[in-house]
Amino acid sequence: MRNPLRSEDEAFRFLIAALIAALVIAVAAYVNTWLGVAAAVVAVGGLVWWLREEPLPGVADAPQKLTSSSPTGMHRVLVVALPGTESVKLADGVGEVMVVVPAVSSRVQALTGDVDGRRAEAERTAAALAARIPNARAEVGADDPALAVDDALRTFGADEIVVVGDEELVDQVRGRVTIPVSRA
Amino acid sequence: MAAAHAEHLEHHGPPAPHYSSRITPGVLGMFLFIASEVMLFGSFFTAYFFVRVVNGVPWPTPPYHLPVYVAFVNTCILVTSSFTVHWSLQSIKRGNVWGLRAGLLLTFLMGLTFLITQAIEYSRIGFNTSDGAFATIFFCLTGLHGAHVFVGLSILAFMTIRAFRGHFSAEHHDGVEIGGIYWHFVDVMWIVVYLTVYIL
Repeated sequence: MRNPLRSEDEAFRFLIAALIAALVIAVAAYVNTWLGVAAAVVAVGGLVWWLREEPLPGVADAPQKLTSSSPTGMHRVLVVALPGTESVKLADGVGEVMVVVPAVSSRVQALTGDVDGRRAEAERTAAALAARIPNARAEVGADDPALAVDDALRTFGADEIVVVGDEELVDQVRGRVTIPVSRA
Repeated sequence: MAAAHAEHLEHHGPPAPHYSSRITPGVLGMFLFIASEVMLFGSFFTAYFFVRVVNGVPWPTPPYHLPVYVAFVNTCILVTSSFTVHWSLQSIKRGNVWGLRAGLLLTFLMGLTFLITQAIEYSRIGFNTSDGAFATIFFCLTGLHGAHVFVGLSILAFMTIRAFRGHFSAEHHDGVEIGGIYWHFVDVMWIVVYLTVYIL
């Protein structure tokens, strides 16, 4: 839904729309108060529909891809593993490894804040993977795997991303970064 | 692809720190502001609908009358002031400093006229906050909006002073933009209050 107060121009447009709606309501209320109430309900619905249908600024633009790399002479790998992953097989010669486990939760769980259980599961997976992979540290990421990758790359410059998950998740991550992404 | 590869080779370390990937601070702040205002006005409107619909109190309670036409003129003044603040911002975007100054001054004067007219209306309306639920909610709703106009006028006063001191230019006019958004919001809220309290 578009924010009607995003800029002065948009706020002014919203004011004009509200003014037109007010005129319709006033005319209807002049005829009969309940007709005015009905017009108000329709007008509010119309305004909400208009704000929902308006294209959001920037949505049509291609999302900006993140670029990342490690200091010269190092090869760092970012591993994205979903909760419940027991092991990850990485190529030999890898330098530092960071494992990020997104605390994936359903929409209802996210909306109601019922994420403690999912976060605890992600923490257990992160601890287990950190113990199993040499030179690795692990942390729990955001509930959206692509966002978890975004966040991790801001503190850990990586040359490569390894995703433990389905092909859809791999494509999702690939669409957000410029560095190579592979599936383990 | 080649450009991306070249960028990849040149860049070392993680990308620059960034605010949330989901929402920018400005948009988040505006959402929080709208949410808090919706809750504030929503609580007052809930009281209004409770008094009028659930309790079935006649609106306005006899023998009182609401000055619908004075309020209509006041509405026209306030709505016009939104046009002048919009004009002032469009002027400074084109580098027209005098358009900005005239627009802001007119907006301030119209806002002040609205507030003074409302104060005169209060003094002559013939009932007070203690004269039943109808009177209480009338003063609460219009008074809450009046408080917002007062805050808007204070912002406009600072904007006008800054405009006359030459603080804004075609490139830098965020102070006018933000104040303008607030003023339009206050106007939209008045349209809602006017329709609910005076017309319906």
